[in-house]
Amino acid sequence: MDLMEYQGKQYFARFGIPVSAGGVADTVDEAVAQAEQIGYPVVVKAQVMTGGRGKAGGIKIANDAAEVRFHAANILGMDIRGHIVRRLWIERASHIAKSATRFKENGEPKDEEFYASFALDRSAKKYLGMLSVEGGVEIESVPDELIAKIHVDPILGLSEEACRAWIAAANLPEAAREGALQVLMALYRCYTEGDCELAEINPLILTTDGQVRALDAKVTLDDAAHERHPEWAEFEAVAVAAGDSREALAKEKGLQYVGLDGTVGIIANGAGLAMSTVDIVKQVGGAPANFLDIGGGASAEVMVNALTVINTDPNVRAIFINIFGGITRCDEVARGIVEAMSRITLNAPIVARIDGTNAVEGRAILKANESERLIMLPDMLSAAQKAVEIAGK
Amino acid sequence: MSIFVNEHTKVVVQGLTGKQGQFYGLRNRAYGTKVVAGTNPKKAGTDVEGIPIFATVAEAVRETGANAAFVIVPAMAAPASILEAAEGGVPFIVCVTEHIPTHDQARVYNRLKHDYPHVRLLGPNCAGILAPGKCNIGFTPAEVSTPGPVGIVSRSGTLAYQALYELTQSGIGQSTCVGIGGDPVPGTSFIDALEAFEADPETEAVVMIGEIGGSAEEEAAEYIKAHVSKPVIAYIAGMEAPPGKRMGHAGAIISRGKGTAKGKTEALKAAGALVAMNPTEIGGLVKQALGR
Repeated sequence: MDLMEYQGKQYFARFGIPVSAGGVADTVDEAVAQAEQIGYPVVVKAQVMTGGRGKAGGIKIANDAAEVRFHAANILGMDIRGHIVRRLWIERASHIAKSATRFKENGEPKDEEFYASFALDRSAKKYLGMLSVEGGVEIESVPDELIAKIHVDPILGLSEEACRAWIAAANLPEAAREGALQVLMALYRCYTEGDCELAEINPLILTTDGQVRALDAKVTLDDAAHERHPEWAEFEAVAVAAGDSREALAKEKGLQYVGLDGTVGIIANGAGLAMSTVDIVKQVGGAPANFLDIGGGASAEVMVNALTVINTDPNVRAIFINIFGGITRCDEVARGIVEAMSRITLNAPIVARIDGTNAVEGRAILKANESERLIMLPDMLSAAQKAVEIAGK
Repeated sequence: MSIFVNEHTKVVVQGLTGKQGQFYGLRNRAYGTKVVAGTNPKKAGTDVEGIPIFATVAEAVRETGANAAFVIVPAMAAPASILEAAEGGVPFIVCVTEHIPTHDQARVYNRLKHDYPHVRLLGPNCAGILAPGKCNIGFTPAEVSTPGPVGIVSRSGTLAYQALYELTQSGIGQSTCVGIGGDPVPGTSFIDALEAFEADPETEAVVMIGEIGGSAEEEAAEYIKAHVSKPVIAYIAGMEAPPGKRMGHAGAIISRGKGTAKGKTEALKAAGALVAMNPTEIGGLVKQALGR
């Protein structure tokens, strides 16, 4: 689960990472009320799950109530990279220190904006910390030699000594080092104890009065750890309300669903086979409407659930069911498909390919029930072609 | 020969008294696997269809000589079960459990490296391991396999089953089918399996099935180039997966432009692997590689 900036900052605050005082607003009036309470100047920030908010005009400074009103009205409802802004975060404006050693092309000193993050290095199978004096821009655009990296063994943890050396390697200005140490140690705790997949601060700033503070927050929580974090409930509620209702329906039914924007609905068993099915539909010139993994088995019940989810997608013009029967044999799968079709009225015809244990028996069952609404083809390629052909009609 | 397991492998099932554990444990035994024990501290002294239940893995090892563990317990209990197996003296641990938090996986992986460096963990979130005719630990439907010269290593379960089935249908058997799992911190990597298959005299070719996310396939490609003389037939799922979306498996996600199927496919091609464009091409490419 990705957190929005304000949620990330709330999460950071739990672990003692300094953030600016602020509040949430869903209307212009709320934005003004928050600003009045915080004190001017404030920053009005769009809360959407995407980068590039500043460039899109989603972050503005306001010096009085009129300016807050103006910017809030502009930003609420704004479309930023396909995300509609429904919530604002109003926070006290920060006075960022100027660098004594780093300059822009025009000779002006750069702001003291740094970058800090922890994530898993899947290759090393250790945690990877990244720290750079070049913050406030996308980290991908920062030259590698300006990023200090540290690998942390999850068993040994991050020592203060190692953290100091890391900060020195990143060449952070002296004035920021002690503050950065506190922030980075807290960020590490947030990352590990907080079960984050990503804990990123960009920018991490040095203020004119010598404080080091998180000016933004990018946090991805590990959904698998949900059980031991009751405090995530409020984040989850927001994510569900803002999220795709079809994905939520699938999740409720224990299915793994990812919405795409095509016309061929896809049902497969196993994540790998489901990905392959999306691939092959695209390879033969079609457009997959979704990824849907029903798990290893393929009972009638599961099939009904999967078809119910796909049926809510008005773009779907053909449904490609691609099942490998292992322990759940193909004859059981075929009976499941036939039964599911009798229990639910589908908006699109099915093209089914089943293979594996008892494939011959399974295909015979589908053949016996074949119609315009249910077409059986024995191999993945021809079935994909057929589904794409139907969807294109 | 097979890799990691053989006809002498004795398995203790952690979770045998649970519904899933019982189903798969008994299935594995029915195939001929030596399932010698189960564990459950509350049910020690009882049995599941004749398989004795012990309070701890250490006890099961002492009493039965178990040398492999099959961990099939809920996600929150799995890390402790894996470490209990290692501490109990089991050198090979298969964990099929899905949804273990990533930090727990990272801690277990590194704890094993520190304290039990000779223990091999397969998984988590994997289908298990099958040596046709000898031993089956986990979910793999052994009915679609037959003994022979092809090794399979796969992140995905169903795609491995598909490969087993196609090979069997074409009259080509398999030495071992290894599911390394779809999670971000797998105990056993493609490289570990490739190394073992290369050293196994009876394996003549290796099928490697990868997917989006991470860089394990790229690392395997480097390894293949330098160390693998046997033909490798590869397939990568997720060519059309959108970036930033998790495709079913916790580890199947393109993050920040890294871990794409295209990059992996290109790396494997450059390493000399035969790359299938869809999973049903694997059988034909194996035939071609074996000159059949």
